[in-house]
Amino acid sequence: MTEKDPNLLLQHAPLLQQGMTTPQAMRDVLYALLPVTLAAVWFFGLGAILVLLASIAGAALTEWTFASQEKGGESLLDGTALLTGLLLGLTLPPGLPLWMAFLGGAVSIGLGKVIWGGLGHNLFNPALVGRAFLLATFPIAMTTWAPLTGADGFFTVQPSNLALPFMQSGTDAVTSATPLGLMKFEQQSTPLVNLIIGNTAGSLGETSGLLLIAGGIYLWMRRDLDWRIPVSILITVMIFSAILDMVDSTRFPDPLFSVFSGGMLLGSIYMATDPVTSPITPKGAWIFGVGVGLLVVLIRAFGGLPEGMMYSILLMNAATPLIDRYTQPRVFGRGKALT
Amino acid sequence: MDKTQNQAYEEFIKGIWRENPVFVQVLGMCPMLAVTNSAINAFAMGGATFFVLVGSSFLVASFKNLIRKQVRISSFIIIIATFVTVADYTLEALVPTVHKELGAFIPLIVANCMILGRQEAFASKNTISMAVMDAIGMAAGFMLALLTLGSVREILGNGSLFGVDLFGPDFEPWIIMILPPGGFLTLGLILLVFNWFTVKKAQFIDKVAAAERSSS
Amino acid sequence: MTAESETVGSAGPQMPEIVPESPTIRLVVTLALAGLISGIAIMGIYEVTLPTITANKARVLREGVFKVLPGANRLQKLIYVDGDLAPTADTRKDEQPIYAGYDMDGSFVGYAIPGAGPGFQDTIGLLYGFKPNTRQVIGMEVLESKETPGLGDKIYKDAEFVANFRQLSIEPEIVTVKKGKKSAANEVDAITGATISSKAIVRIINETNDIWLSRLPEPGAEPPLLEVQTEAAESAKTVD
Repeated sequence: MTEKDPNLLLQHAPLLQQGMTTPQAMRDVLYALLPVTLAAVWFFGLGAILVLLASIAGAALTEWTFASQEKGGESLLDGTALLTGLLLGLTLPPGLPLWMAFLGGAVSIGLGKVIWGGLGHNLFNPALVGRAFLLATFPIAMTTWAPLTGADGFFTVQPSNLALPFMQSGTDAVTSATPLGLMKFEQQSTPLVNLIIGNTAGSLGETSGLLLIAGGIYLWMRRDLDWRIPVSILITVMIFSAILDMVDSTRFPDPLFSVFSGGMLLGSIYMATDPVTSPITPKGAWIFGVGVGLLVVLIRAFGGLPEGMMYSILLMNAATPLIDRYTQPRVFGRGKALT
Repeated sequence: MDKTQNQAYEEFIKGIWRENPVFVQVLGMCPMLAVTNSAINAFAMGGATFFVLVGSSFLVASFKNLIRKQVRISSFIIIIATFVTVADYTLEALVPTVHKELGAFIPLIVANCMILGRQEAFASKNTISMAVMDAIGMAAGFMLALLTLGSVREILGNGSLFGVDLFGPDFEPWIIMILPPGGFLTLGLILLVFNWFTVKKAQFIDKVAAAERSSS
Repeated sequence: MTAESETVGSAGPQMPEIVPESPTIRLVVTLALAGLISGIAIMGIYEVTLPTITANKARVLREGVFKVLPGANRLQKLIYVDGDLAPTADTRKDEQPIYAGYDMDGSFVGYAIPGAGPGFQDTIGLLYGFKPNTRQVIGMEVLESKETPGLGDKIYKDAEFVANFRQLSIEPEIVTVKKGKKSAANEVDAITGATISSKAIVRIINETNDIWLSRLPEPGAEPPLLEVQTEAAESAKTVD
């Protein structure tokens, strides 16, 4: 296997349209996330930047460490580690100690990408692997939601942000509940307008529905994203939460609340659409989206946790190779596909 | 050292490093992953396995001429199960809290393929002293692996080692480490380091050999 | 790797590849003999360790009962048969016993009632002390739990949460409220972040109360401590 077959181009995912390169696609996503990032800083103060930077630093440093061991380790330059770090940072609570964000970034790249063989070989979305690790490792810190910035305004840094490495924050932070938490544990709804603007408690980048959708439209116009996945997720979620809402409207929220609360928009637009870990065929994309939507509603309604976006995407990531296999287009003139 | 002593030492040392049942042969994964959430549990499991393996190897090597080939596996299992039951009752009487933590995993030592494997591959074909040396080496290697995993998981997951607090009350425990996924993660990382070390060592030896060749 | 160890193993005296066929009877005798020796060995160790194991279990039970019934230092096992709660030495497994605790003078302190139910991870088993004349729970001890370390396991590690059950009215039933919101005698402050485990404890106690409260005799009519039961006899009897 030393000589290359000139007629056979073997390439791993992400498989992109002609003229599109990985760095360019990554840059587009970074642009799309810029307003969301600025909103996070606006709502949660300077601490938000620190958390994001710590997470990005963890991801980039890990990638650099491993890349420098290999020949031709220039993958750091394509922006994927920065993007993974930023995406992870946007799913973290504002008051998270910085060392945890850094660790999460390192795990995202180490366990989520490098161990699989680098970009294109990973089965699971790296940012969500990092988040799943953090949630299982530090369940209290990861579900403690700092309130929106108070009197200090822009320069707010949560005291818990600055906990020493391996140590707890020590002080009892002022906390508030996320809209989903309020719904699940106290059957208390949040006005839709707050969810759309984003002035609610929650992870850094998940609160502002409007900006997330705007970024998604930009990516769709730049053809960086398979629109089928977010659309099918959101439609599925709306249908199933409408059914549950009709059964018991005090326990289960209405469809619009379901779509605009928690990590639904952030996850379905920016994470479920990761070209490496989602199906490549159009039919596969629909199946993937419906699967994620169903799982989210089930986990949110009947699971122990208020939010289920992360686990839904990870579970469907695991099913992606299978979906791809069974949705291969039929070769023209042949019998059944997949024989 | 005469030849027998040399061989006995060789049988002993191979189980600890070169043929380590966990790091090299990847055997006995069930107790390895299940009961290593604290160093004391790992130690108790290692001790019980040590007792069962050494006892069984001794008996199997002693009776190897009496045991018919057709029924050897059944006989090995009877011998192993007897030692496991003895270990089970003894632990329950002496250290009830540890016994409760280990739970079903003590009876499950019977199913540890490392133990049956040593009987079939070694004890039934060798002299008593060699079989015992081999068993001690393998059991020590297993204990070493359990303790490594148990210590890492307890230090990170609970901030303590053998129940002794290491970092003070402000330590933030890594809860995943004492949950089942922590076992898989830690074992994977340890195997990574072990293999990395083995590869580096081989490269180093190659380099030294090449340097010697060129200089001579 | 296995192949390697086999080669090392076969370095010793080799077993002959073709073994002469042994008569079946010899095989049976070999196995029977091995089984017999093994059985004797197991019986021996069982006989040797049984007293210690029994004593350990009895001690754990006594400590649990005395912990949930402050002031008690003697106990008596009670089972419910034919509409009557009576002291028993019977160790039938199908009947769930409760324990009555008495102080030094032999006067009644309260009942220790075991309960179990689903938690966040697995079944939670607990023992709680109930004082019939004030209708209060006066102590709670988790005996068995696999709740998440660091979070759900606060149901027995968090002293503040356990203190909720020192003086807790059961009328009309126990309810869980958010931490710091406890205002009535029948309310329990939940653990932040472990609401499900906290609620599970309260639900288990409420459900166990539903079963047992109607079976308990009127306050004042509790079964007296049978003086014939010496400490040693008692501990032997309280073991299932």
